[in-house]
Amino acid sequence: MIPSCKQTSLLLSQAQDRPLGLTDRLRLRVHLAICERCRRISAHFDFLRTAIQRYRDGD
Amino acid sequence: MTPSTTSPIEPAAIERERSYLLRYALLQLRNPAQAEDAVQETLLAALEGRDRFSGRSSLRTWLTGILKHKIIDHLRRSGRERPLNSADDDRSEADIVDALFADDGHWRGFPADWGSPAKALENSRFWSAFELCLQRLPARTAQAFTMREVMEMTTEDICQELGITSTNCWVMLHRARLTLRECLELTWFDGQPS
Repeated sequence: MIPSCKQTSLLLSQAQDRPLGLTDRLRLRVHLAICERCRRISAHFDFLRTAIQRYRDGD
Repeated sequence: MTPSTTSPIEPAAIERERSYLLRYALLQLRNPAQAEDAVQETLLAALEGRDRFSGRSSLRTWLTGILKHKIIDHLRRSGRERPLNSADDDRSEADIVDALFADDGHWRGFPADWGSPAKALENSRFWSAFELCLQRLPARTAQAFTMREVMEMTTEDICQELGITSTNCWVMLHRARLTLRECLELTWFDGQPS
């Protein structure tokens, strides 16, 4: 079952917070393979983490 | 008596970390007076306990470890005094997430291509935009988000601290990321040459 974009976005977010199970990883991979919007969201979430840690650690 | 091979940390070295600690505390507490207090308590505790600094980690890491505890103390205290109104957060956040997706779960809009966003990190104006977007997050959402991203707490610990379920916690962190993403796209990445 391919998750919707809304479910994928939530899974992408969770992937930042916990190790996903095999099923979720597969569902994510299948969805990302066909969805450019969610691939962008995935990159943006990664960027947010980099940015906030850079902001915290400063110059 | 065996002579000590490691010299105790100089108070000045501890003091030099003050601005880093303050930025860290401000990100989590959002209240300058509280953040100052937490940092002051940390510096005092560090000075009193500097014999316990093993030198295995960096001084900054050691101080940050103390600061995390002081921040949690402050969060607990202010949580008891005036609990954040989560109903407001839930409402505004549910709105923002719902607005982003159509009923069938597809994106309504097309997230922009941010080009090479790493370049933004070198731009001081980007950091002003980033700061504003962080401040716009609803209070409780921001609290969960910074616990995760700034203090690097596990979601289990965050759930416990905020008294929410893990499902709730993931939903909150997801909303925080989407809200912050939207804000950055609108205020920064839209119209930036990539």
